[in-house]
Amino acid sequence: MSGEISRDEVAHVASLARLSITDDELTTFTDQLCVVLETAAQLNALDLDDVEPMAQPYPLANVLRVDEIVPSLDRDEVLAQAPAAEDGRFRVPPALGEAP
Amino acid sequence: MSDVLKSAAKLAEAVRSGETSAADALAASSSLIADRDDEIHAFLHLTTERAQAQAAAVDAKIAAGEDAGPLAGVPIALKDNMCTRGAPTTCSSKILDGWHPPYDATVVDRLEAAGAIVVGKTNLDEFAMGSSTENSAFGPTRNPLDTSRVPGGSSGGSAAAVAAGYVPLSLGSDTGGSIRQPAALCGVVGVKPTYGAVSRYGLIAFASSLDQIGPFAHTVEDAALCFDVVSGHDRLDATSIPEPLAPTLTNLHDGVDGMRIGIIDELMGDGIEPDVRRRTEQAAEALAAAGAIVDTVSVPATIYGLAAYYLIAPAEASSNLARYDGVRYGQRVDGANVATMNTNTRSAGFGDEVKRRIMLGTYALSSGYYDAYYGKAQRVRTLISNEFAAAYENFDLLLSPTSPSTAFELGAKSDPMSLYMCDVCTIPSNLAGHPAMSVPFGVGDDGLPVGVQVLAPMLQEPRMFRAAQVLENAAASGGAA
Repeated sequence: MSGEISRDEVAHVASLARLSITDDELTTFTDQLCVVLETAAQLNALDLDDVEPMAQPYPLANVLRVDEIVPSLDRDEVLAQAPAAEDGRFRVPPALGEAP
Repeated sequence: MSDVLKSAAKLAEAVRSGETSAADALAASSSLIADRDDEIHAFLHLTTERAQAQAAAVDAKIAAGEDAGPLAGVPIALKDNMCTRGAPTTCSSKILDGWHPPYDATVVDRLEAAGAIVVGKTNLDEFAMGSSTENSAFGPTRNPLDTSRVPGGSSGGSAAAVAAGYVPLSLGSDTGGSIRQPAALCGVVGVKPTYGAVSRYGLIAFASSLDQIGPFAHTVEDAALCFDVVSGHDRLDATSIPEPLAPTLTNLHDGVDGMRIGIIDELMGDGIEPDVRRRTEQAAEALAAAGAIVDTVSVPATIYGLAAYYLIAPAEASSNLARYDGVRYGQRVDGANVATMNTNTRSAGFGDEVKRRIMLGTYALSSGYYDAYYGKAQRVRTLISNEFAAAYENFDLLLSPTSPSTAFELGAKSDPMSLYMCDVCTIPSNLAGHPAMSVPFGVGDDGLPVGVQVLAPMLQEPRMFRAAQVLENAAASGGAA
């Protein structure tokens, strides 16, 4: 694990996360992320080979509920909060045919 | 501060006995907020209509001779990352500006069923990412005890709402210290319960394996009362603990005689201001004077908590915040196709700290880096849990400072890493999923409050509250002078 991240890598993760950032922001974010990742590099000092990873503190397996019909959220109330809706559905710009 | 709003327990008793009314308590709270909140900015929105209707319902119950609940007529503030049906819930982010959730969080249902009156939604660092409440799209909150200082964060608005005396109770959420650190900086009690003790249904997710809702109060008793009301299994939260929880109020005043309490050695070092360390030592002396057996204990991996947290929390956040895509709720900035619309929306809607954490998390989870960053951090999490378990073989509770310093000035910590360091003492409990709380214990050299943190093993809230009560009593009788 290296404590460094390059400008190109920051630009790449920004695009993966659907964030558009300016050149100036890219410089600032790269510097700041480098500092955080340098701190993260402290973990290299630990011998973790025999330690299992932990995803959550209180593992519960197969959490099931009773199979009964209950009302769900009101469709009109939900759609009223959407930026655009039409015919009982969320309305979005074209998803196919153009590159991002 | 209005006397009636000092204690939730006493207010509920007065409302239940007819000595005062829920409507009067709400009016007192509203008047204090109107007087001072332009300056403090604890609240983002007030839920006045809902509060008045709820107060009328509580008063009608009492008039009809019915039980109005353990929090009858008690005004309460909610951090604005908890959903309130039909009322704004923004997470202090432009991306959710204007959104009115179509449902209530489980904690809101439980509070209102217990007779509490939700008066409004409080300010926070955007999406609960921060330690000062300066990082809100709607402007900072100021510390009611010294308005040149921050209230801490991210639940700074909820801490300030109690510290300013507007309400006797509020709820915050704590992912890495976001209840306990502002409680310490504002001189109030703040509790991070066991992971899974309080339902997260309707709490807008930041880092799902770490987030937990908990109360702020002036007194340990009020915090215990509120915890007992909001905690317990909820089928709407798959991580909710199914077993019944022991009430914390029942044995609150049983003391600490014979309890073994360990001061965490690694959290009493150079990174902690000397005045804060001194108060923590005094708190340990007060517990010893009350019959506890106090010693120091080493939990070496706690010093790696910060590094692990700033990989795990951003990783989970990057995944959770993918839902803000401009499709189903909140703001949208148009684009020629879906991907461009997503990018335009997210770039305009999120603030810099949120963007930083999303990028950090995306990186930590990305192909080729997953094992080196996220995987390693998850192993450190196990290490910290194992070391806590070993410490709890010899101790019933652990003790540390809550925050490395008292409240700092607005703008004093402008680089991200210096703000992240605020959470060094609080993060280990989130990683392990254990309960911990901050109790005010005297003041620092600058006259501002110091908080001492009591840590307990999983689900041992009752003994944690007992020790906190002893500290509150000791501070009140001059033990923190």
